[in-house]
Amino acid sequence: MLEKALRGGRYYWTLIGFLSLAMFVGLLAYLFQMREGLTVTGLSRDVPWGFYIAQFTFLVGVAASAVMVVLPYYLHNHKSFGRLTVLGEFLAIAACGMCMLFVFVDMGQPMRVLNVMLYPTFNSLMFWDFLVLSGYLLLNVVISQVTFGAERKGVPPPRWIKPVIVLSIPWAVSIHTVTAFLYSGLEARAFWMTAILAPRFLASAFASGPSLLIILCLIVRRFTKFDPGKDAIRTLSQIVTYALVINVFFVAVELFTGLYSRIPEHVEHFEYLFFGLEGKHALVPWMWTSQLLTFAALIVLLIPKLRKNEKILLVTCFAVISSIWIEKGLGMVITGFIPSPLGSVTEYWPTPPELLISLGIYAFGALVLTVLYKIATSVREEIELG
Amino acid sequence: MDESKRGFLKIAGCSVLGVLGAAGMRTATDVGPGGKAVESSTTLNGKKWGMVVDSQRCLEKEGCTACIEACHRIHNVPSIADPKEEVKWVWKEPFEHSFPTQAHQYTKASLNEKPVLVFCNHCENPPCVRVCPTQATWKREEDGIVMMDQHRCIGCRYCMVACPYGSRSFNWQDPRNALQGGINPEYPTRTKGVVEKCNFCAERLAKGQEPACVEACRKSAGAGALLFGDLEDPESEVSKLLSERYSIQRKPGLGTKPQVYYLV
Ligand code: SF4
Ligand code: SF4
Repeated sequence: MLEKALRGGRYYWTLIGFLSLAMFVGLLAYLFQMREGLTVTGLSRDVPWGFYIAQFTFLVGVAASAVMVVLPYYLHNHKSFGRLTVLGEFLAIAACGMCMLFVFVDMGQPMRVLNVMLYPTFNSLMFWDFLVLSGYLLLNVVISQVTFGAERKGVPPPRWIKPVIVLSIPWAVSIHTVTAFLYSGLEARAFWMTAILAPRFLASAFASGPSLLIILCLIVRRFTKFDPGKDAIRTLSQIVTYALVINVFFVAVELFTGLYSRIPEHVEHFEYLFFGLEGKHALVPWMWTSQLLTFAALIVLLIPKLRKNEKILLVTCFAVISSIWIEKGLGMVITGFIPSPLGSVTEYWPTPPELLISLGIYAFGALVLTVLYKIATSVREEIELG
Repeated sequence: MDESKRGFLKIAGCSVLGVLGAAGMRTATDVGPGGKAVESSTTLNGKKWGMVVDSQRCLEKEGCTACIEACHRIHNVPSIADPKEEVKWVWKEPFEHSFPTQAHQYTKASLNEKPVLVFCNHCENPPCVRVCPTQATWKREEDGIVMMDQHRCIGCRYCMVACPYGSRSFNWQDPRNALQGGINPEYPTRTKGVVEKCNFCAERLAKGQEPACVEACRKSAGAGALLFGDLEDPESEVSKLLSERYSIQRKPGLGTKPQVYYLV
């Protein structure tokens, strides 16, 4: 199948070239970080995790959201998703790859990262996260290989793959749950110490992931002869709507508990997030932008007439992704550290090397996705046009 | 600089026996044949090491940094000026930061700013150990010290995220470039990208010496504000002090059970 990735038009090769260049720049920045140490990042004693780990968290959500096409198709026999599942699985593969790279570049001693497997530590959530993420990657590789391979040959997929697919559904939920547990079981960090964190992670993932999938479907339709179908896109937009509503509800529940109780340890973090603390407010404009985007998107999505207009839907999907990216990829992780357990307010902002490395990783993900989607659409074109 | 160097040499030179007598601690010979074969007869043995900080006495010498200097010199702790990348094993933290739940709006501002000596609490339930994915940090069962293996640490900093006391430092840059005071050849230096923290001077205990800070406090500062000993031994000085005087721990409500106690 790989040969399909080697035949493409001008757009395809320009995109591949552009992404490779970005990856190269990211690699150079990483070599610089390797030489100098993590001092080249904006991280500090008080804020030991930042942009990398936040991107990881956001992308675990994207990976998990593949379940939103797999589940309706395989468990509810929702036919229109038949053409989508492989796109969802490929997205999950690309997202898993990025997740692992983001954790890798965050390590102070990257060469020793296999110590996590050499000395398995069951009480560490990081060990479990490593395990479930690798498992999820493997599941998606196997499932997409087998089902798509069968589709290409025009035969039904082997029977044994069905239980594997069913297994991938709770597995997807588990990767984001374990990622939330990474944060929510720490007595040192009141901001994350909430039972709603895992449900919130899932809700926001199921809003942002399918939004991304809608955008990808529209791109695929625009540039190839493969059409994922109006129906599928419409159903996806309904999923986004439900997930976004639930996410807003969860956020409200969390705000209520945190703010009504008025326990300073809880309130201070929200205060920093939305108003700033001790004159420091790097995240404030971002958070309000995120709120604004969420509500604008919510209004559009709740009005069926607007939602069904694909141009408006496209813009709305961008709004959903941006708003959730700000929430998870910026606000959630960093705010857990501000103020610190000792009460100091040290701000954090990613530095140019950090951003370049992140850009490189995103480019890597986009490259994997482009190649996989190229294969998928070429094969589909072949099948459909005979 | 020179003064403190001489002070340090004096400390190092003082007899092991004298130290033992002063601290009132047990030696391996007291423990008898149950002790481990690798221990020398002078190894200090405790079932549960703990530290008592006499805050009042420490405050009488406000501005004194004898303990900090001794510890950081002996353990090759780099001196990095940037507070964001500082590495510290023991330091002074304002009262309102070290005991955030104790300070209140009517405490005098000057009191809130009073420095309190803080280090790793060698928690009985250490969250750092619970989260470490490689067991690079672990609790030594025989004496309760929370240890660090800088050769296994992958530098993920999960332990720093989990420690409620800010006791851990990460080497954001190469620490060997910041050892202006010279290197103590008897203690390993670290590489960049690993975490470090106070180890209750495990390497000194093995040689029958009390922790460097405790020794420095008594010998060079003459304050005796730091006391170290076996909390399981009812006869030890620390146990007696804790049973007789009112003491507090940092953030006891979290259930980490810090083994550093503050007399107030
Ligand atoms: S004070 Fe922090 S580093 Fe020390 S044992 Fe407790 S949690 Fe671990
Ligand atoms: S930084 Fe090192 S000691 Fe800390 S949790 Fe990670 S591997 Fe363990």
